[in-house]
Amino acid sequence: MSDNKDHSTGGEQQPREEGGAPGRVVGTPSPAAERRLLPEGDTAAPEGAGEELDEQAAKRAERVVASLFVLAFAASVAFIAYYIGWSGRDGGMHGIERARESNLWLGGTMTLAFLAMAVGITIWVRRLMTSQPVVQERHELRADDATRESFAKTFLEGAQESGITKRPLLRRTLLLAAAPLGLAPLVLLRDLGPLPEKRLRHTYWGEAVRRAKAQGKKGVRLVVDGTNKPLKVSDFATPGGMITVVPEGIEEHSEHPLNEIAKAVTILINVPPDKMSPRMRARGWDVNGIVAYSKICTHVGCPAALYEQTTHHILCPCHQSTFDATDAAKVVFGPAARPLPQLPLAEEDGYLVATGDFPEPIGPSFWERG
Amino acid sequence: MKRFTAWRRRPWAGYAVVLAALAAIGAIYAGFTPQNGRAEAAGIAQAQEDLENGRQLYNKNCASCHGQNAEGTKDANGKPLAPSLLGVGAASVDFQVSTGRMPAMNPGAQMPRKRPIPEFDVNIKTDYHDPEQREAAEKKKAQAEKNLADLRAYIASLGGGPAVPTADQVDPDKGDAAVGGKLFRTNCAQCHNFVGSGGALTGGKYAPPLDSDDVTPTQIYEAMLTGPQAMPVFNDTTLTPENKRDIIAYLVKTREEPNPGGNGLGRIGPVSEGLAGWLIGLGLLVLAAMWITAKKPKKLKKS
Repeated sequence: MSDNKDHSTGGEQQPREEGGAPGRVVGTPSPAAERRLLPEGDTAAPEGAGEELDEQAAKRAERVVASLFVLAFAASVAFIAYYIGWSGRDGGMHGIERARESNLWLGGTMTLAFLAMAVGITIWVRRLMTSQPVVQERHELRADDATRESFAKTFLEGAQESGITKRPLLRRTLLLAAAPLGLAPLVLLRDLGPLPEKRLRHTYWGEAVRRAKAQGKKGVRLVVDGTNKPLKVSDFATPGGMITVVPEGIEEHSEHPLNEIAKAVTILINVPPDKMSPRMRARGWDVNGIVAYSKICTHVGCPAALYEQTTHHILCPCHQSTFDATDAAKVVFGPAARPLPQLPLAEEDGYLVATGDFPEPIGPSFWERG
Repeated sequence: MKRFTAWRRRPWAGYAVVLAALAAIGAIYAGFTPQNGRAEAAGIAQAQEDLENGRQLYNKNCASCHGQNAEGTKDANGKPLAPSLLGVGAASVDFQVSTGRMPAMNPGAQMPRKRPIPEFDVNIKTDYHDPEQREAAEKKKAQAEKNLADLRAYIASLGGGPAVPTADQVDPDKGDAAVGGKLFRTNCAQCHNFVGSGGALTGGKYAPPLDSDDVTPTQIYEAMLTGPQAMPVFNDTTLTPENKRDIIAYLVKTREEPNPGGNGLGRIGPVSEGLAGWLIGLGLLVLAAMWITAKKPKKLKKS
């Protein structure tokens, strides 16, 4: 304890000598000798602490612990009793009808049993067990110089004897042999799944439009996702309207309809034509203010479809990216980097049709997007 | 008498009786018809009176914001304060007033759902034991229903618009909850949550929860039809009345689903529930660890 005396907390003191461990420290001394974790003069416990107990307090604690143990006993008995007697009542063991009730009682009694036991043991340790302060010295982690020297000598001797320094041909061919194995994971990882190829660049709208054009039509009809009802321009004439649409025939003709719907899903919005920006009007992809945008957010691909008809904003619920439906879905707030791709629309026989795929890849950025 | 009996036996007597009966019916009908005309006239008068009542209610409760002729008002900068009510229809009035959103108490990002003002409060308690009290409450309720109907009729008379749906159109038992669930998840769940727990929008606006029983099927239908506040419109040609009934069936039946895991935490979703579990569970574990390892020297025995 001598070196703990007369030290103020100022930085003027010198580092202590090597190996000058304090005489009595419980726990790990700080490696930086001048910065101590314990306040000045703190000894872990007063001399002789914990060796003897206040008998009256100990008796009280003992009764508390004992009653907790009795409670744990009662709870375990209740668990068994409920399991045998009640949970199997009316229609077999743990019928599905009674699953909630039986879970509650079985779980509750078991929790009570374990918890009462644990709390009892903790109180026992804290209030009743005596403990002698134990001092354990901690040694330097660094091996002494003699050991380090002899290790280095042995290592070099081994290298000499193996001949790896003397025979470079062996050394180099061994490295050569190991190199392809090191590269093997690249090949193996690439084969974990099919490459995306061009699939991320196109949606089913493109294929559906091609199919429709082959039949001499202008484009593919838009149908309501869920009911497959084709939409007429007059059907969707109410200002402020919104609906989720997919290309007609996506469920019948595509190989993986769910995958295709997940990419092709589009929101159809009716915005007032006079509110549309000149840029968007010049594009001419709307039908009397009816516009269609990809529903997949360009940030990380959440469905962005929280359309507010008062502000004409489309909000993505994941990271609050906000797009302006009257200005080609320009990003007005949030982390999205690009506007939502717009689908070119036209009218054919009174029906709303798409005349092409989205002009750019939908959804978030990907490696080869460029 | 003898003469009458002989007359009765003539071959044309049967035809004569039929003719006489027809004549009698005609006479009676003619006697009643003017009375029917009077009843119709009375009905028209009653309708006029109802419209007048609606107009008075409008002037008292709505005109200060929506204008004397329901044309809407603007502030000094030309920014609309209250929208025009021409052509919004009975459905919109019924939705806004029966959910207590209108008359609005103070302008804000969004009008909250609240208890309707007493004149339109159709959900007052009427099951009193005291017959006198019950009668008074029932009378008040009938008046509130009449007031609401009159106001609806008045606004509808100004410019038409969607009507209040019939009871059959909003009957959850007649809808297909599976189709409704699909439509709800693709078109409504982004704002209202997949079981209708509601959610936040931009600038202090929010999508209100739909999972409590005071959100009636009629109100859900009217909201879809009219698109109140920031909500988009789902007109009857886009989502047909059957589709709307399916969505209502999904919402109402979801409310009745039990929560197998105990408290559903408002069904805010597995990620948020997991986060709550982590924070509360880990917090308790940290507290337990602190209690177990806390340093508490035992008292020395007094010597």
